[in-house]
Amino acid sequence: MVLTVHDLSVARGGVPVLTGLSFDVEAGCALILRGPNGAGKTTLLRTLAGLQPPLSGEIAGAEDQVAYAAHSDGLKSMLTVRENLTFWAAVFGQRDITPAMTAFNLEDLEERLAGTLSAGQKRRLGLARLLVTGRPVWILDEPTVSLDQDAVRLFETAVTAHLAGGGSVIMATHIAPGIDAQVLDISPWRATAATRAGASDEAFL
Amino acid sequence: MKALLLRDLMLAFRAGGGFGLGLAFFLIVTVLVPFSVGPQSDLLARIAPGVLWLGALLACLLSLDRLLALDLEDGSLDLLATSPLPLEAALSIKALAHWLTTGLPLVLAAPLFGVLLNLPGPGYIWLVISLALGTPALSVIGTFGAALTVGIKRGGLLLSLLVLPLYVPTLIFGAETARRGAAGMDTSTPALMLAGITLAVIAVMPFASAAALRVNLR
Repeated sequence: MVLTVHDLSVARGGVPVLTGLSFDVEAGCALILRGPNGAGKTTLLRTLAGLQPPLSGEIAGAEDQVAYAAHSDGLKSMLTVRENLTFWAAVFGQRDITPAMTAFNLEDLEERLAGTLSAGQKRRLGLARLLVTGRPVWILDEPTVSLDQDAVRLFETAVTAHLAGGGSVIMATHIAPGIDAQVLDISPWRATAATRAGASDEAFL
Repeated sequence: MKALLLRDLMLAFRAGGGFGLGLAFFLIVTVLVPFSVGPQSDLLARIAPGVLWLGALLACLLSLDRLLALDLEDGSLDLLATSPLPLEAALSIKALAHWLTTGLPLVLAAPLFGVLLNLPGPGYIWLVISLALGTPALSVIGTFGAALTVGIKRGGLLLSLLVLPLYVPTLIFGAETARRGAAGMDTSTPALMLAGITLAVIAVMPFASAAALRVNLR
């Protein structure tokens, strides 16, 4: 068992959005989070990634295991594709960026400045960053936004390879990607007015 | 950590990185002072250490709001926070990169600008020493201010208001070291105080910066 979430409540801007959520993700498994806009998918993923503390409940197995990719890719527009990827590889203590470049078909763009890439190319570079982290749990927030069909297929191949290697993936997405995954609809755990009462610990918001 | 330092330095030197901005600002302030107080060389010589220190301090302030705001905009800050690098270390490295691109050029250029203000002969070496001892503290305190204000739209002014009062001890002892040096007096007391402040700030401030940034990233 890689990641266990027990009775988790998360808040955004001091307002609880999800309460009492529990799930497990095994090694080699993918979990897709579903829910309407504003259901709390991003907040849940940020909490799992350790960017914000949970309101209550426990997350086990996430610390220093997680590679996080969200709406922005963390690219520096004045650095080339290779420099961007090499930097993140070095931060995560890895050296070899060639497999990541190949997996997302970035070889031809190697010396281009990231600022001159199209939105889809930037996203491919942002996803290639996951491969150079060497982390077992990928936490992805809308990973397929602005990707074309070929790029989505590259992404699915990369995810399948990651799962086959014993990694796991938790992602929030609205499309149905071609990978084996459990689907979890989080809308039943949305915080209601009753569960919200008195839950905020922020006095100045 | 080396990778982060190299990346920040590389970004500062590439187009739009803002390298040299502080230096140009320092030069302009130094040139404007003789216009505003008049060309009396004895008066200029007397106020030169203080003016040079104030100019260097304001020049340091100029690039602080870019220190973390750019990394927040493109999402790198979130990714750095989830990386194996402790946030305290990452912020110390960013402060070091800020000092290397802003503080160090000011230290090296200060003697040249001293000529413009008729700084007395023995003052040059002490001006350089005091700036070299004091400017690292300006970058580290500035990083704390940037971490406090990073999520705020147009937080640059707020950043200045928060950071300038914290610069007071460094300014007092830095300018006093340079003044005493220029007057040929003993400088050891203010110089030691200045070095002590800088060392304390380097040791303590990164923890405060990281705590402030963690709250801002929520």
